[in-house]
Amino acid sequence: MYKKALVLKPEDTVATVVEDVKIDDEVKVVKAGEEVLIKALEDIPAYHKIALKDMEKGENVIKYGQIIGAMTQSAKSGNWISHKNIMSLPRNYDDEL
Amino acid sequence: MNFMGYKRPDGKAGIRNKVLILPTCVCSSETCRIVAEQVEGAIYVSNQAGCSEVEQNLKICYDMYSGFAANPNIYATVLIGLGCEGCTPDKMAEEITKKTNKPLEVVVIQDEGGTVNAINKAVKAARKFVQDASLVKKEEIPLSELFIGLECGGSDATSGLAANPVVGKVSDMVVDNGGSAVMSETTEFIGAEHILAKRAATPEIKKQIIGICKSLEEHLANVNQNLRTGQPTPGNKEGGISTIEEKSLGCIYKGGTRPIMEVLDYAQIPTKKGALIMDTPGFDVASVTAMVAGGCQLVIFTTGRGTPTGNVIAPVIKVTGNSKTYAKMSDNIDFDASVVLTGEKTIEQRGEELFEEMLEVANGKVTKAEAFGFNECSMQRICKFI
Repeated sequence: MYKKALVLKPEDTVATVVEDVKIDDEVKVVKAGEEVLIKALEDIPAYHKIALKDMEKGENVIKYGQIIGAMTQSAKSGNWISHKNIMSLPRNYDDEL
Repeated sequence: MNFMGYKRPDGKAGIRNKVLILPTCVCSSETCRIVAEQVEGAIYVSNQAGCSEVEQNLKICYDMYSGFAANPNIYATVLIGLGCEGCTPDKMAEEITKKTNKPLEVVVIQDEGGTVNAINKAVKAARKFVQDASLVKKEEIPLSELFIGLECGGSDATSGLAANPVVGKVSDMVVDNGGSAVMSETTEFIGAEHILAKRAATPEIKKQIIGICKSLEEHLANVNQNLRTGQPTPGNKEGGISTIEEKSLGCIYKGGTRPIMEVLDYAQIPTKKGALIMDTPGFDVASVTAMVAGGCQLVIFTTGRGTPTGNVIAPVIKVTGNSKTYAKMSDNIDFDASVVLTGEKTIEQRGEELFEEMLEVANGKVTKAEAFGFNECSMQRICKFI
């Protein structure tokens, strides 16, 4: 039995699990029309994020097809992504004007 | 499409029909409470300030409290002042009459010779207004006269995935019917302002959207605060929201997809119709009250963690995308959008159902926060009391 997670845009590097996930659970996501299975490397509470790929420290994290922050440490595909391993980035408003 | 509402002499239409007992300042706030308690059909809002204020705070107070009186859900207002406060009864009455020609009575405690005499006069005025209000018949009002506020508070990761997109659908439906929907909380645009800016109807509005975000970050930096220290909140993080960008990207869904026609200052009444933005803090109660002062007859409020927030002038419909929260806090939450996450319904389907629920509330259905009689009121501040 697979656990479910939602991917919002094909370019997303994290998915949102919609139920509590335990370590070693298989998490199924549909990304760009294709089903992908990811093995959870740790327990992840419902509605939190699971990494869809290995990520380096400093790498941007993508959800909603947008940058939601950057990794403060490296993570493997299947790790729990939360405020403990990502950080917000400063905005450059002048460039947006 | 129509709703059943109360026509006002200023051309607007309310979905409730209340008499407002309004304090100019903290010193008359308790008197207002006592007056409202004496008269069935009268309500009051508290005022924690109104005196010893810098000009900018005073302006917010005038804008907000005169806006409450002008809100279409109010039939008439009894304004009660002390007599020596910075936020003067004369100027407040002037601000109210600039916005509306609805009935207004002013009572000044020092002029009347104390609380008992002031209460006596105010209760008599309020009783007459309530009787007059009862003669106003509900009639068919086009949906283009509806102005809704969109709010979120106690968000979790389901807010951006379910509740806010469903509310966004309602926002688009209201706008497509000629009505207005305002989204607020500038803090929760930050990280998503570039997307919001693309919805701006004009280049000037785009600049304003980016500008209010920049200005908020600068304002907080001036008092050595980083907005990211307080946002996301501990509850947001526990609910799966890790950064302000992630929170904002989820938040802005509730504003729908239509062009943004105007960016309003805190508690301002719009001059345009359609999708609107108001510059308010990320503090939900101070944001709801500002939108109600801006004229919203109804507020739709999404929550992931669950909050009790209501408003005494405008009914608040509470929506969650978290099935556990809906089950745990069903006495606070009106509408469950979690079926969007399980795939049982689409965002569009659940949005249309929420639109129907909103029409019922507009037509008189009492929301859960309304049934409690909740009366939260919080006002934005720029600086310390003098």
